Formats: sequence, C-alpha cells, structure tokens
Amino acid sequence: MKCPPFDYHRATGVADAVATLDAAGDEGKILAGGQSLVPVLALRMARPAVLVDINHVPGLSSLEVRGDTLHLGALVRHLTLAEQDQHPLLAEAARWIGHTAIRSRGTVAGSLAHADPSAELPSVLLACDGAVQVAGPGATRRVGAADLFVGALQTDLGDAEMITEVELPVPDGWGFSEFARRHGDFAVVSAVATRFGDRIRVVIGGVAGVPHLVSPPDSTPDLLTVSGAVQDDRVAEIADAAARGVEPASDLHGSADHRRALTREVVRRAVAQLAGTPTSDRTPVPA
Amino acid sequence: MQISLTVNGERHRVDVEPRRTLADALREDLGLTGTHLGCEHGVCGACTIVVDGRPVRACLMFAVQADGASIATVEGLAADDGTLHPLQEAFSRCHGLQCGACTPGMLMTALHLLDTEPAPSRDRIRAEMAGNICRCTGYVGIVDAVESAAARQRELAPEA
Ligand SMILES: Cc1cc2nc3c(=O)[nH]c(=O)nc-3n(C[C@H](O)[C@H](O)[C@H](O)COP(=O)(O)OP(=O)(O)OC[C@H]3O[C@@H](n4cnc5c(N)ncnc54)[C@H](O)[C@@H]3O)c2cc1C
Ligand code: FES
Ligand code: FES
Repeated sequence: MKCPPFDYHRATGVADAVATLDAAGDEGKILAGGQSLVPVLALRMARPAVLVDINHVPGLSSLEVRGDTLHLGALVRHLTLAEQDQHPLLAEAARWIGHTAIRSRGTVAGSLAHADPSAELPSVLLACDGAVQVAGPGATRRVGAADLFVGALQTDLGDAEMITEVELPVPDGWGFSEFARRHGDFAVVSAVATRFGDRIRVVIGGVAGVPHLVSPPDSTPDLLTVSGAVQDDRVAEIADAAARGVEPASDLHGSADHRRALTREVVRRAVAQLAGTPTSDRTPVPA
Repeated sequence: MQISLTVNGERHRVDVEPRRTLADALREDLGLTGTHLGCEHGVCGACTIVVDGRPVRACLMFAVQADGASIATVEGLAADDGTLHPLQEAFSRCHGLQCGACTPGMLMTALHLLDTEPAPSRDRIRAEMAGNICRCTGYVGIVDAVESAAARQRELAPEA
C-alpha cells in the first residue's frame, strides 16, 4: 500500500528537528533509516502529519571509544555497526539485523526508538547497561537502558524528543545467540550475555514486551571456568533458571512452550560463549 | 517538491509529493519500470536498487530523500549495444528466473555482492540473496547464476 500524505521537513540540526517536532505536537515523527517507520506508514498503522528527516543533520554519524564506552551518533547505520571492531558484541548483534539492504539504511537510534521486542540492539543496550542522550524542547537528558524501554514498541521518549547519541560500555566478555526462522528474519528468541569485571548480565529478547534482564546470582566468572575450561553444569543451571523466569506469549512465530525451550538453549549458548572468552582475548580499549 | 537525481549516469529533475517512494518515482515519474514492486514494505526485495554505492529497498525510501543521489537500477546493467551484463547472461543460462518478478532485485543485490566480494562462497551467496524472495525458481538456479557470473567476471577482469 501507499503511505498516507504528510509534510516533509529536512532538519538542518538537532535544535531544528526538536523545534519542528515540538510545533507538530503529537503529529510529528522522526524519519531516520525508514526501515521500520516506512512499513508502518505503508501499512497505514500510523499517519503522522509531519515527518522530520534527520538524515542530513550533521555530527550524528560519529563512532568513538572514550574510556570504556563506545559513543555512537544516532545515525550510525547497522552496516557500520557490523563492520566496526571496537565493540565486538555490537558487531555480532548487528550482523543479525535483516539483510544488507536493510542494514545499509537502518540506524542505531532508530532501532532503539522503535523498541521492537525481538530487535537485537535494545537487548545489547540493556546487557551493556548503556544509555542514550536525548535532546528535547529546552533540555537534554540521559536515559539509561532500564528506563528507556517501557513496553512493546514503547519508550520513555516524549513526542518532541530525539536520541542524539548512544553510549555503549564495552564488556570484558560477551556471548550472543539467536534463533530466527531464517537468518535475517526477526529473532524468535535471542540472548545476550556480558561480563563487566565479575558481574554477569544476561538479557533475553523476544519473550516479553521489553528486553528481559536476568542477573544470575553468584555470577562470579570463576564459577563458570575452572582453569580455562567451561563448567557445563553451571552454564546449564543459569540457562534453566532463565527459562523458568520468563513468561513468553504464544504468537504466529512460536508457542509459549517453544519460546521457553528456545530461551534455555540460546541462554546456554550465549553464556557458554561468554565463559569461553579467554580474558587475554579482551578487546584493547584505547584510553 | 523539486528534486534532482542521477539514474544510471543520467541526471533527472522531477517534482514529487513527499510520500512518493523512490520506487514509484523511478517507475511512474521516470518511466523506469525495471525496478519491480512486490510487498511495498521492505520484506520481498523485488525493489532493491543501489543508491550511492549501497543496496537499498526503493520502497522504503522516499524520493525526496534521494535528492542529489546517484542511483543504479537494472536498466543500467546491459551495455548500450544490448550486450547483457555477465549477471544477466548467467541468470538466463542457469534458469535463475522464471516469471521475472524478483529478478531486478536479485540482480542488483548480486551486483553489489560481486562488487564488494569478487569470489563469494556458495554459502555467502545464499546468505546475501536470502533477503530476496522468489516464488518460482527454488533458488538453486539463482545461486548457480551468481556463482557462475562471479567466475566469468574474474575471467574478464583478472586481478593485476
Ligand atoms: C525486511 C526487514 C527486516 C528487518 N529485520 C530486523 C531484524 O532482524 N532485527 C532488527 O532489530 N530490526 C530489523 N528490521 C528493522 C531495522 O532494524 C530498522 O532499521 C530499525 O528498527 C529502525 O531504524 P531506522 O533508522 O530505520 O528508523 P525509522 O524507521 O526511521 O524510525 C523508527 C522509529 O524510531 C523513531 N526514531 C528514529 N530515529 C530516532 C531518533 N534519533 N530519536 C528518536 N526517535 C527516533 C522514528 O520516529 C520511528 O518511530 C528489519 C526491517 C526490515 C524492513
Ligand atoms: S517491494 Fe520493496 S521490498 Fe518488497
Ligand atoms: S522468477 Fe518468479 S518470483 Fe522469482
């Protein structure tokens, strides 16, 4: 189907974008990569009066490590995420997003703002305990991953607010596993595991409206590895606990039982991969 | 809105409504109906073209966003004298098409793949072509065609 009519505004800067959104009330929408918004318009699931195209806003495509954190401009495309080597977990997750033609347009902030419960990047943001910088009318603020996602396709962002930057701490170890019907399809269930120091975080996507955080108790890494070898029992224990802790719904893509079984397996794989990451293999992070 | 864009090396100026997709602008305003439309929401791949060197879904980009862009479509593949591009020739020879609805998107996706990876494995070809849906061929002929065209292109332009 064809999109409903709208006014098009090509924003020249962040302030211009925010002011245009503000003037549009709840009738304005940001247009970034368009890989989620345009299908929504074509299927007539929304009919915003004004689209604010941020693709020409300067300064939103940078990618830079400062301290232990990767800072990404809102417009960094999925293809760039997949090609960079400063945040290997992010690169791996981005390779699972759609196909090359989708990754060449889709943006990091667009994926977070769209907040699809099966999307990879929201899970990565939560697993890394990252945050977004947000510009709004008259003020800027920083929103942590735990507060950003409030429901399926719902975020804490106001109508005139715009993500300008994504902050993604680089973990000391990580694991990623996803089950999709075909590579490039949205995940049925996915799991991201990270280790920062001796804290392990596991996030499951596709089992709730928002990414589901499991923090395994007793998550000291030496429980996972005994002289470099992965302790399978411990990994299985974490996977079982994770599967018990989710309440997935049934839909077209899988029943609740199927999703629970997948949860156990993707968590097992992600945590096994995390446990197998030798400490010496850590990505060097320039100061 | 007035926009200008370069398609297969030729500059065009068109006046489009903001909601006009790039696919519709190519087909309806410029008469370049080689770019096909299937789903019109990003999932089938029929409308895939190359914009500023990267493959994109022409149904998920508005024409106004392509202002100033350089675009390659299936019409630009064959030589001026009608000689088929190695990919087109291979699709024909390997039965990589039947009805042809998916073919322009398949060709443009494969074109970008071979531009960036001259010798992809069959697995890589399958992975890259998986974003394009074909109801007719069963895909084997398509993978054969891309593999065969890659070999032919390496013959034509051996690395120095
Ligand atoms: C065939 C297909 C397959 C896909 N497969 C996957 C997949 O496997 N995994 C996956 O995660 N995604 C997938 N996607 C979606 C893709 O990742 C999108 O790129 C992403 O969801 C949205 O990013 P975008 O830049 O295209 O945003 P847009 O579509 O432009 O915008 C999406 C929403 O975010 C808002 N928005 C955009 N930028 C900002 C900003 N800076 N600040 C505030 N709000 C903003 C918009 O207003 C809109 O509401 C797929 C898409 C298609 C068409
Ligand atoms: S018509 Fe564009 S992807 Fe189907
Ligand atoms: S040849 Fe008919 S859809 Fe592919």
